Amino acid sequence: MIRPFLSVENLSVQFPTPDGIVKATTGLSYSLERGKTLGIVGESGSGKSVSSSALLGLHRTSNAQVSGEIWMDGTELLGLPENDMRQLRGNKVAMIFQDPLSAMHPYYTVGDQIGEAYRAHQNVTKKETRARTIEMLSRVGIPQPDRRVDDYPHQFSGGMRQRAMIAMALINDPALLIADEPTTALDVTVQAQILDLLQDLQREFDTAIILITHDLGVIAEVADDVLVMYAGRAVEYGTTKQLLTKPAMPYTRGLIDSVPNVNDPLDRKLHPIPGNPPSLLNAPTGCAFFPRCEFSHLVGREKCATVMPELTPVGDGQFKRCHLPDSSVLYEPIRVDPTVGAAAGIQIETSVEAGNR
Amino acid sequence: MSQALLEVKDLQMHFPLKSRGIITRTTGHVKAVDGISFSIGKGQALGLVGESGCGKSTTGRLVTRLYKPTAGEISFEGEDIANASERQLRPLRRDIQMIFQDPYTSLNPRQTVGEIIGAPLEIHKLVPRQGRLRRVQELLEIVGLNPEHYSRYPHEFSGGQRQRIGIARALTLQPKLLVADEPVSALDVSIQAQVINLLQDLQREFDIAFLFIAHDLAIVRHFCPEIAVMYLGKIVEIAPREQLYSHPQHPYSKALLSASPDIAQAALGGRRERIRLAGDVPSPVNPPSGCRFRTRCWKAQDICATVEPPLQPTVPGAPGQVACHFPE
Repeated sequence: MIRPFLSVENLSVQFPTPDGIVKATTGLSYSLERGKTLGIVGESGSGKSVSSSALLGLHRTSNAQVSGEIWMDGTELLGLPENDMRQLRGNKVAMIFQDPLSAMHPYYTVGDQIGEAYRAHQNVTKKETRARTIEMLSRVGIPQPDRRVDDYPHQFSGGMRQRAMIAMALINDPALLIADEPTTALDVTVQAQILDLLQDLQREFDTAIILITHDLGVIAEVADDVLVMYAGRAVEYGTTKQLLTKPAMPYTRGLIDSVPNVNDPLDRKLHPIPGNPPSLLNAPTGCAFFPRCEFSHLVGREKCATVMPELTPVGDGQFKRCHLPDSSVLYEPIRVDPTVGAAAGIQIETSVEAGNR
Repeated sequence: MSQALLEVKDLQMHFPLKSRGIITRTTGHVKAVDGISFSIGKGQALGLVGESGCGKSTTGRLVTRLYKPTAGEISFEGEDIANASERQLRPLRRDIQMIFQDPYTSLNPRQTVGEIIGAPLEIHKLVPRQGRLRRVQELLEIVGLNPEHYSRYPHEFSGGQRQRIGIARALTLQPKLLVADEPVSALDVSIQAQVINLLQDLQREFDIAFLFIAHDLAIVRHFCPEIAVMYLGKIVEIAPREQLYSHPQHPYSKALLSASPDIAQAALGGRRERIRLAGDVPSPVNPPSGCRFRTRCWKAQDICATVEPPLQPTVPGAPGQVACHFPE
């Protein structure tokens, strides 16, 4: 069997705690080819970062239980001896972290930190490393790279630090790049610069990118395919266009409706998803999204509350985890009508009700 | 316009930079806010957008008089508050309240929700002790929380709920002006809309004016009929939202708009051409001469380095003002 470049199969990550087992990721499967970008969307606690850290073997075996299979380029990454993992990390697989200030060591120069990964994986001299570091800095668009290479992280602005992080991640031309909220801490103008940069570099090196974010706007701009996660599970998978125009899962619809857009009609009222994300400690028995779902009355509440839906194909490579027989009801924005939720037996915690009191 | 609720004129805030050592000397100033003017009418909302470091949060803190301005005027209901003493400010604190960005650090973890929301009542001695609980419960209900939860601590609430507690606290004294500094940027996407809708309903119901500070252009557009764009301590454009979003006049406004992602457009397939701004924002210690945006502007000419463009309408009488020699 020929596997795709990256194939994650039935990945689960659990953390035993005194209060019970936190099921951070359950039965996650996806695949990714070189040169493509997979966006993973979800709220905090949906398991998007936890599952991606597993790809790099970043979970300590003492406090995390990781199961499933992760195949990259014919190698099974899970259960790989630490020494072999070290060979891959920062070399073939690299990661860009969200907060570049806390991901960099304040006592070492930016150049030292970027070059470290190069020296660790390639048989090169100090001089060669420095030359390569300067080259990378200039490629990510840092002005005067031969001078800035000796700066400390605090001397860089936020956008420059993030660019330095990208230089660090790309110095060994990784085949797989995991970008965990790479632009969340940045302004829109800098965000646009960084996203452009990632796309340019992807074209150049044929890198596979996993882009983790909570921002649908960022996904819309750069991802080819999207995986929507909720409470540790994949709830929808498809191309970016499919998800934005024909969402098949009420949660995806809700995410689209709750984000204001720069080209909205001016009088558009935002439609928030009612309620809060569930705790991963005592996950609901049925669909995890059921308590917040505004469409469950179309299925019958009983079924949604008790039976966990499977991830099923809806055609054209799109998948959904939902009992709704016909997802075309999700193609149009949800009408802002508080009675819909009430009919489904949801206590809507929105301002509409509060304001009327 | 009739009498504005808040009127700000040539407001400046320069933070001194001290040299290190035993004898400290002032070696320069961070010109966080450098001469801005705007006004907000009763029950109106003004949006303030810009990148980090442009001075928008400082402006919020000046209006609430958490900082004392270096120069300029702030008048609230016709009364000058820029130079008022703490004692003179006391009654005013009722009328201007603030909602903070981070609901995790802006609530005291050792106080119950009832104590947090009730504190302003106690400080201003407005409601007798027996009536306080009822008022707190009323406020909790207004912001969509369970009124029975007044004895809980902040850590028992989620991020969105905590932000609601912060909003309830700001509402306690029935303010006339709310300064909301990035009120939703720390929240999950699905929760952001809940809080935005709540603020909108409150504005309508209680006729509260808003100074809404955010970096997210889409959210500001949603909330504010009038929007000011800041760059390096200056307002570069102030305009009604229809105009700003469809015909931005300042090159910086244009670049900012083109950089913000648009889901609707991406869904149709087309990826827009973005204006790539070169480099970083210059330091506010030593801002460029003339127009501050000229170092990154694709239209800059010689005059931009020498003459600072005034903030004015492109044609006399036209809505909106822009500070640019070559407006779009």
